[in-house]
Amino acid sequence: MEPETDNLVGSDGFAEALIELIRRTACDLPEDVTAALKKARSEEEPGSTAEITLSSFLENIELAREEMKPLCQDTGLPIFFVRHPQDLFTLGISRALREALAEATELGYLRSNAVDPVTGENSGTNEGKGFPSMHFTETDDESVEISLILKGGGSENVSRQYSLPMEEPEAERDLEGVRRVVLDAVRKAEGEGCPPGILGVCIGGDRGTGYTESKRLLLRLLDDVNEDPVLAELEQRILAEANTLGIGPMGLGGKTTLLGVKIGTLHRVPASYFVTISYMCWEHRRRSVRIEPNGTYEIS
Amino acid sequence: MKQLTLPVSEEEILDLRAGDAVQISGIAVTGRDAAHKYMVEALIESAGSMSDEDRKVHDELKEALRDGAIYHCGPIVKKEGSRWSFVSSGPTTSSREEPYQDRIIAAFGLRVIIGKGGMGRRTLEACRKFKAVYVHGTGGAGVYNAKAVSEVIDVYKKDDFGLPEAMWKIRLSKLTGIITMDAHGTSLHAKLADRFDRQLAKL
Repeated sequence: MEPETDNLVGSDGFAEALIELIRRTACDLPEDVTAALKKARSEEEPGSTAEITLSSFLENIELAREEMKPLCQDTGLPIFFVRHPQDLFTLGISRALREALAEATELGYLRSNAVDPVTGENSGTNEGKGFPSMHFTETDDESVEISLILKGGGSENVSRQYSLPMEEPEAERDLEGVRRVVLDAVRKAEGEGCPPGILGVCIGGDRGTGYTESKRLLLRLLDDVNEDPVLAELEQRILAEANTLGIGPMGLGGKTTLLGVKIGTLHRVPASYFVTISYMCWEHRRRSVRIEPNGTYEIS
Repeated sequence: MKQLTLPVSEEEILDLRAGDAVQISGIAVTGRDAAHKYMVEALIESAGSMSDEDRKVHDELKEALRDGAIYHCGPIVKKEGSRWSFVSSGPTTSSREEPYQDRIIAAFGLRVIIGKGGMGRRTLEACRKFKAVYVHGTGGAGVYNAKAVSEVIDVYKKDDFGLPEAMWKIRLSKLTGIITMDAHGTSLHAKLADRFDRQLAKL
């Protein structure tokens, strides 16, 4: 038996808001990321590979916005973080999200990316088992806020999870150990995650929640400051140190290897100490839509 | 900026050096994970027992790739009437094809591999032995790179592999990149890696 779809969730306005969210996320790079890339370019030698590469990035950003075409061909496994009021059914919201993805794929804003791992068959609609990834949090708010991250496979492939303590690299169960494994992850990623990257780092949790939380941290604005002063300092330190590695844009050498580091924590069991690093590429496609009860919406 | 027009000769390849910026024009074929596995398993290793369909694909690829280029790319495509076009199409990570690339270079006479992130020792050796180069494209610049695809000529294995993994035969028009692996045994990636390791050791 199908549950009743809420008036809001079943409305055309809701569907339109979701398509807009997907379109803007895929095609219109957020201002904070563009600003960080411009700053990175200004710090490179004119005519250097790094400077030319960053200029190509910025040109791509302009073209994609002007022509409303996907910034990158790999639109990844869409990750939705949904904050909803108590009276909206998540089943209805899930259905609306899936339909919006299918339509956005038809419209060319997304690559059809859902592949059956056994048969190799592509669903064609960006729908599949566990596809998209959706996380729901109930709030006291009247409005619905949906955040979307489009994180491509390349960057996902170089994301890593470390179990501390470990020997190679040598890392104990403390923030110094965290620092070492995060830098190790950046080194190991080299150019394959399309640097300059952005890191979401979760200390704690289990192997599953660690990854989910590390991705949720990627929603933070690049120039925000961590509320915890200890973590804020660690973020700045790792960012500065990673940038001395010289990996640079596309791993071909340069002064900017990371644009940001966002660290958060989850409680852990005594036996485990995971440091989970989600590596996001330079083209950090993440946006949110806030939908009011009357159906009006705003994309940020 | 050197202009590279496909098909390209052995001489032209030997003229190129790691670090050269290039613009590539001419016919290329996209090929990523599914295509590389298929080419080695169905078109090279099972050469004696190919199906008619595979034989047809094999012969078309033999013609398109001889002295030509393979582009590691899974595009977002659009169809208008009977014509396909590339909407957003930057390079994908090449290292996943390392297990297959050298055999494909040898069997199909490839001269140019376009991708991102570089490739390993086996491919570098194949580039040296068979006179080929690896061109590193601009990752993530989907729209920018799609502008360099002026025509979609044909597509193979679309129904089996799906749109991103299909083998798209395309006409390139000044696709930009940097040669990071040349036919003389030089890999920029290997050189840079040493530098990165030394820096990391200081931290």
